[in-house]
Amino acid sequence: MTLAGPVEEEVVEQQGGGRKSRKAAEAAAKRGGIRPGEARLAFTLIAPTIILLAVVVGYPVVKAIYQSFLTDPGLDQATGLFNEGNAWNGITNYTHWLLQRCATGPDTTAACPKGTLGSQFWGSVGVTVGFTVVSVALETVIGMCFALMMNRAFRGRALVRVAVLIPWAIPTAVTSKLWQVIFDPEGIFNKLLGAHFAWTSSVWPARSAIIIADVWKTTPFIALLILAGLQGIPEETYEAAKIDGANAWRRFTSVTLPLVKPALAVAVIFRTLDVLRMYDLPKILTGGSNGTTTMSILVVDQLTSGINSASALSTITFIFIFIIAFAMVRIFNANIIGAQAKGVR
Amino acid sequence: MTTTMLPAKKPADVVPHAVRHGFNWGNFGTGVVMVLIFVWCLAPFYWMMILAFRSNNYTFATDPWFSHVTLENFRYAFNTQYNTFGRSLLNSLIIGGSVTILSMIIGVFAGYALARLVFRGKGFVLAAILGASMFPGVAILTPLFQLFSSFGWLGTFQALILPQISFSLPLAVYTLTSFFADMPWDLEEAARVDGATPGQAFRLVILPLAAPAIFTTAILVFIASWNEFLLSSVLSNGNNKVAPSTVAIAFFTAGPHIVPYTQTMAAGLVVTVPLILVVLLFQRRIVSGLTAGGVKG
Repeated sequence: MTLAGPVEEEVVEQQGGGRKSRKAAEAAAKRGGIRPGEARLAFTLIAPTIILLAVVVGYPVVKAIYQSFLTDPGLDQATGLFNEGNAWNGITNYTHWLLQRCATGPDTTAACPKGTLGSQFWGSVGVTVGFTVVSVALETVIGMCFALMMNRAFRGRALVRVAVLIPWAIPTAVTSKLWQVIFDPEGIFNKLLGAHFAWTSSVWPARSAIIIADVWKTTPFIALLILAGLQGIPEETYEAAKIDGANAWRRFTSVTLPLVKPALAVAVIFRTLDVLRMYDLPKILTGGSNGTTTMSILVVDQLTSGINSASALSTITFIFIFIIAFAMVRIFNANIIGAQAKGVR
Repeated sequence: MTTTMLPAKKPADVVPHAVRHGFNWGNFGTGVVMVLIFVWCLAPFYWMMILAFRSNNYTFATDPWFSHVTLENFRYAFNTQYNTFGRSLLNSLIIGGSVTILSMIIGVFAGYALARLVFRGKGFVLAAILGASMFPGVAILTPLFQLFSSFGWLGTFQALILPQISFSLPLAVYTLTSFFADMPWDLEEAARVDGATPGQAFRLVILPLAAPAIFTTAILVFIASWNEFLLSSVLSNGNNKVAPSTVAIAFFTAGPHIVPYTQTMAAGLVVTVPLILVVLLFQRRIVSGLTAGGVKG
């Protein structure tokens, strides 16, 4: 791709500039001694961030992992007495969720009865993954269409760019309430369709409602991110492709897509992580009922009925999300850290 | 087909408002989609506005314009008997303000170091900060819930402010890092060469350049905090005196005999309007901040 030329040159030039200033810094270092202190200075400046994150993220996560191997307080099945809990429990909390086995006696377990939280684990995984796949796919495809049109349009682009930020800016809690009103059996959605769906009180309509609300809120945002990628493609690239006889579809698949792919990959990965931890929208729109309990909702529901078991579940949830994130970074070959660090070093 | 299409399309791309043979279908199609995007983004928000000003008795009326207009819904939302919405807004402001100030003060230093200084392990630090923001809220919620209840902190401001650092600080650091990395730092040296002291170079050259970046990042962090729900809903523990407005909206209380849809929409509008104003005022900056943080590929 000839296109990469000027862009790369620019980067090199920037880096060159950085190197030049570094040389100057070294020269200054010989005089005043800035250079040897630079790493120490960097450490001092970054330390508060690292310490604070260790307190609010590191410590809770490690503590949750530790607790996930302890028993919860409750009635001891063997003695019938109240058990204080927090005794070593091995991986029982994990098998409880992963195999959906509930304790029935001292050493016996059975499949968790329907309706208990334990019986809902794999259901919630399915719901979460389903929401993720459908929402992200729709958001990407529609967002791409929006972005292509916004990139083409000459008139009204400024206006649309403002409009696009509005669904993004509305808090999800408000969005959820708004769509709850829209999806009421008597609400405007049914009136427009001329139908009488009970959107939030049966399984598939409830799931569709959540996906519609999520796609509405996030598609414009994705479009904005893709548009930023599109605007980095110089017009000459398209001209060259046209002269070579490529039709509109060929230009899209062979020029636009490969060049916008880095931006697209990062957007898709971040969105996927977001939907995998989805909580607000189903919690408020449907209360997690009718087959809309996501993994995050299940953790919060478990919170009041056994914190150590909830810790096992939250640990499973974040490991699950990390595995998917890792796999996606591999599949898209996306350089997320690189995207952040570009021009930094 | 391609041969007939190409010459017809080319002028449309090159000359914006082509005054040539007849009607331009390409521009027309783009225009239609632009209108569609506009309607997509604004229609549900418009409906929220209409319902917020509509009498509760006409909740399900379908008039697509303002009808049965009343301010009663707003009074209900702020009425202290069922809802203390004014208080919730103040709480959101206190929490959002504290989270933003804290994250920015700490994040600016880290952002500067990551963008400007040379040291080993920079990639690792960036990865760690980015990784910290990828933990789902529930992963830190369980232990914090227990910890805060043993401190007696559930339902206090500190219990709502501290956990939000987990996502606001990484957001601040990586947005600032990418902004700072793009700044023309050579100007600093130029100022030094021209005889400015380091203090002057910082105050007169660097600060004016960095101010917009810092301001934009602060807006993004504040919006993220204002919109937070999961941590706040659990850790506020039902205490309306500290719960932010997102929690108040979610648990909006009905009076004895009504479905409080129009009242909820009024409350929702009040929560949203400040954000919409910020977005309208700082649209360009917000877009540059969002794309700087996420998509620099």
